[in-house]
Amino acid sequence: MVQLQSQSQSDDSTQKKFSSYTLSKAYDEMFEGMLKPRGHYAPLYHRLTELPFDELQRRQQAADVDFLNQGITFTVYGEDEGTERIIPYDLLPRIITAPEWDKVERGLKQRITALNFFLEDIYHNAHILKDKVVPQDLIFTCKHYRREMRGVRVPRNIYVSVVGTDLIRMPDGEFAVLEDNLRVPSGVSYMLANRQVMKRVFPRLFSDYGVRSVDNYGQALLSTLQALAPPGNSDPNIVVLTPGVFNSAYFEHAFLARLMGVQLVEGRDLLVHDSVVYMRTTAGLKRVDVIYRRVDDDFMDPMAFRKDSSLGVTGLFNSYRSGNVALANAIGTGVADDKAVYAYVPQIIRYYMDQDPILDNIETYLMENAKQRDHALNNLDKLVVKAVGESGGYGMLVGPHSSKKEQEQFKRAIIANPRNFIAQPTISLSQAPCFVNNQVEARHIDLRPYILNSGNDVTIVPGGLTRVALRRGSLVVNSSQGGGSKDTWVLYD
Amino acid sequence: MTNQLMLSNVADNLYWMSRYLERAEHTARLLIVNLNISLDMLPANAQLQWARLFKALNVPVPEGDIDDFAAMEILTFDRENSNSILSCIMSARENARQVRAQISSEMWEHLNEMFLNIKSTSLEKIWNAGPFTFLREIRNGSHMFEGITDSTMNHGEGWHFIQVGRFIERANGIANLLAVHSDVLEDQNADLDNEQYLELLAVLKSCTAFEAYCKIYTAAFKRERITELLLLNPEFPHSIRFAIDCVQSALDNIAEATDKRKTIRTNRLVGRLKAELSFDMIDDVISYDLGNYLNGIRQKCAEIHSSVNETYIAYPVQSALVF
Repeated sequence: MVQLQSQSQSDDSTQKKFSSYTLSKAYDEMFEGMLKPRGHYAPLYHRLTELPFDELQRRQQAADVDFLNQGITFTVYGEDEGTERIIPYDLLPRIITAPEWDKVERGLKQRITALNFFLEDIYHNAHILKDKVVPQDLIFTCKHYRREMRGVRVPRNIYVSVVGTDLIRMPDGEFAVLEDNLRVPSGVSYMLANRQVMKRVFPRLFSDYGVRSVDNYGQALLSTLQALAPPGNSDPNIVVLTPGVFNSAYFEHAFLARLMGVQLVEGRDLLVHDSVVYMRTTAGLKRVDVIYRRVDDDFMDPMAFRKDSSLGVTGLFNSYRSGNVALANAIGTGVADDKAVYAYVPQIIRYYMDQDPILDNIETYLMENAKQRDHALNNLDKLVVKAVGESGGYGMLVGPHSSKKEQEQFKRAIIANPRNFIAQPTISLSQAPCFVNNQVEARHIDLRPYILNSGNDVTIVPGGLTRVALRRGSLVVNSSQGGGSKDTWVLYD
Repeated sequence: MTNQLMLSNVADNLYWMSRYLERAEHTARLLIVNLNISLDMLPANAQLQWARLFKALNVPVPEGDIDDFAAMEILTFDRENSNSILSCIMSARENARQVRAQISSEMWEHLNEMFLNIKSTSLEKIWNAGPFTFLREIRNGSHMFEGITDSTMNHGEGWHFIQVGRFIERANGIANLLAVHSDVLEDQNADLDNEQYLELLAVLKSCTAFEAYCKIYTAAFKRERITELLLLNPEFPHSIRFAIDCVQSALDNIAEATDKRKTIRTNRLVGRLKAELSFDMIDDVISYDLGNYLNGIRQKCAEIHSSVNETYIAYPVQSALVF
């Protein structure tokens, strides 16, 4: 690590750079007291005090241009075509120590393994429901429960191959799981791009710190997908299925295909003939073995699911059910994403693993439970209310930041359909230094590590996407809601 | 093995990306020449020159008097005109975006930069300073894209589809241009008046052929020599024959890469056109009827285009269950 340096000569500009930085009851990633950096943040802090303002600005601009020219953009829905934005990129890295990461890693492995058991169970013997650990009604009323998947064997019983769990750091400094994201989590390309840019922006600091590499993600993803191929097929044809260029994450789909050296396809590139999936190439039709699909269940096959989908492939589900093609993730994994099912994950872990959960859940009130509902309805101004089947920050009420009118709307919606909502205490996400308004200010952040499950092995690249709520005080980090991101450094020691 | 295969849609996108860029460059080049030449012309003839330019670019000629700004707007920034430079760059970029994973990052970044640049300006903004700089940027940007493509992308099947797109578009563009000027090119009178001289100069410069012409034939203008250079010269990159040779060679490579037999219709069509262009003599062409001859070439280009589409892109499923 970098030597601590004398800060006497830069006291003035330090004062200025940090003059708007305030500590709150949220955990602060950088400071343990006012302008008193934690050990692992000290080198960054001192580098910041040395760097002139305009130099920081210049680096920020260079990074922005880099993103835009690389086309690392996402599409904003509902605006004029060609509305592509870069995800605002914050210059200052978020740093995680080796012991902190160790716990996160163990916790996530345990959790993903248990959730995979759970999915296998509920689509087959349903022991956990018979044992009344999770209420049967809860599962069968899930928006994302797929009746069609009952009794369907998936390759090597792997339901979730790719996961992007959302973690937050509680005021006591412990990480907790906010959402599991077992369907088609996005953002991993930003993790990799952020790192590329960061190496250019702070090369010296980066090498002094000893940051663990995330570069093997592409290979790890490829072997995870290969694990789904039919046994004996040493050269499976793997493709990435994207909804197309108008999808907000299209950049990422193309990026991942290129990273793995596999074809990026859209529904129109595939067809099913005699229950086998083919892709249309200039040399004729080629059989497809594994599909890393970035298309939601609903849109995969107009014959099996939504009839109006033009993104999917007619007959795909039939081919899948016959075992002729593998999908990552499996159909129907969203049931474990349901926010009401989320409340049961600690029990699910104990049931299948016979262990206590390593990572905590956020306390969750189920609106179907009359007592919990009454408590929630009386405290809407203090709680966060979420629709159980939504993601991406949609369908959400953040109590302390909401109007009476919004609270009334949610109240009515909850009473009309209690199964559709849960409530959680408003957690102050931890805060970290960000370079905004030409100053270093504190903003709330979360962490989304990317987990790969190849059956025998769960791998997590050391890092992830740290998302930033760019508006001061805001707790919403989703890119669709004006969030940004920063590079995440996991240290060797 | 997987990587050797190319999705039909990808081939289609690469082909169109390349065609649209060639079209943008062609338009920019013709505009640069036209702006220069019209300075030397009588105002009435300058009007005529605009009308010819629209025809050469296959854009409907606006009714009534064309003022320079309006004419320029239609050909550069008009989104209603699908052949304007802006529309072409947007289409090229949209096609490239669809195949982001198949082209090199350098190609994408360059094309994206061209797009961002043109999106951030307008004819109003550049008019006072003169549109030359802008047009040159488009022309040079497109040349640079070719260079980047050649030096960063595998010269495999995809690259060959890019070649087919570029050179079909080029052959077609030159044939259009020559057809518009076929009157003056076919005129039997040996002497050229000043306006005719300027017109032929414009034709040559529009194909960046003035210097090449002087090297081969000296600066003395002879109509049939100009036609010969732009139609039948095997070495000059803006001659129709050169373009068709490139199309033919690219299609041969594609046939090989995809294991299609070379006797398929596409390769026969382009092979026949190539043979015509290599064996025809300029005297025969002119005494036959240049306008008709050029029409024949445009029609054959269209047939090659459809045949490529039917062979590699939109083929019926039954014919393709090969492996």
